[in-house]
Amino acid sequence: MYKVDAKGLSCPEPVILTMNAVKLGHKEISVELSDPVPVENVTRYAKSQGFTVKETKENDITTLLLTK
Amino acid sequence: MSAGTLKNLLKDFKKFNNKNLIVGFDNNDDASVYKISDDVAVIESVDFFPPIVDDPYIYGQIAVANSISDIYAMGGTPTTALNILCIKSDINEDVIREILKGGFNKAYEAEITIAGGHTINGDELLYGLSVSGIVNPKKILSNSSAKVGDKLILTKKLGIGIITTALKGGLVSKTLEDEICNQMSTLNKYSFDIAKKYKINSLTDVTGFSLLGHSYEMAKGSKVCINIYSNNLIYFNDAINFSDMGLIPAGNKRNKEFTDGNVKINDKITQSIIDICYSPETSGGLLISIDKNDATNCINEMKKNKIDASIVGEVVEYNNTYVNLI
Repeated sequence: MYKVDAKGLSCPEPVILTMNAVKLGHKEISVELSDPVPVENVTRYAKSQGFTVKETKENDITTLLLTK
Repeated sequence: MSAGTLKNLLKDFKKFNNKNLIVGFDNNDDASVYKISDDVAVIESVDFFPPIVDDPYIYGQIAVANSISDIYAMGGTPTTALNILCIKSDINEDVIREILKGGFNKAYEAEITIAGGHTINGDELLYGLSVSGIVNPKKILSNSSAKVGDKLILTKKLGIGIITTALKGGLVSKTLEDEICNQMSTLNKYSFDIAKKYKINSLTDVTGFSLLGHSYEMAKGSKVCINIYSNNLIYFNDAINFSDMGLIPAGNKRNKEFTDGNVKINDKITQSIIDICYSPETSGGLLISIDKNDATNCINEMKKNKIDASIVGEVVEYNNTYVNLI
């Protein structure tokens, strides 16, 4: 599982970090986010690349589990 | 800050009632207008923002073109301006000189004088202008006087907010960057100079609140409904691809919240087009509510002058919603 820590980051950085992970060929990526806007945007990007997205939330941190 | 949040913040404050202030906060118009005599009123506006492109000269040009636009959007002629500059300590003098040079050259092109300004040190580089202009009070073009039957002309392409988000991620080609810089630094003077020859009923410019946000303000203020035709929209094609990749600015969410419940979107419209319509624009085009009999001649004259203009919608009777994206 490749981990992307995008907590505290605003767009476009979380999408770019996720994009970099995808370009490296990872098929299972966990993305941690603390802002609702990047949650929507990373989900959108991941789905456009054929990933399945599972969202979980604990306290104020959202984790997106991307699998392909 | 969203228009809704701002309105809420200001609502309880005491405002001195000045009978000569003919345009103030009430309809979120583009600038304030203060009547001096029966024939002369002063328009005032201020705008500044952090760099959205790396080139300091182009940033200066964009910031000034954007600031001056509000004067045209009120139907006025810009006259003088004051620089507003916040400098970060690590920015060298050459960069500051280039920003100001870009600003002065753009002001010169608009035939206005930068007569002074104010500079402070801060954590973020910011630049813009406080601009003054004049208008005949009887010829003010507010954003709340659109008439049923009018056509709506937009004079620049949409999608800047999405492309500048992609630009921050290093995903934009040099050619596209040049294209958006060219659009953002283009004065709305040229489209206004053409439009004012025709019967304009209402006017605004499309900036941070997006096409749908500004259309909503115009429709609400005018007590009408605005139909926006998605097939007639003009936008940078790459904005579609970037939107599909999730490169959406935070302003989209704020604009959606601001217009919540007042914009109806046809089910057939794709998410990318919706994103483009909610995307904040920097130094965006004029949104002109023009008499239907003048619309074709006006748009043809604009196109002849190489302005990327399109008839994007029309004004209809209010029917339980202020804006329809069709």
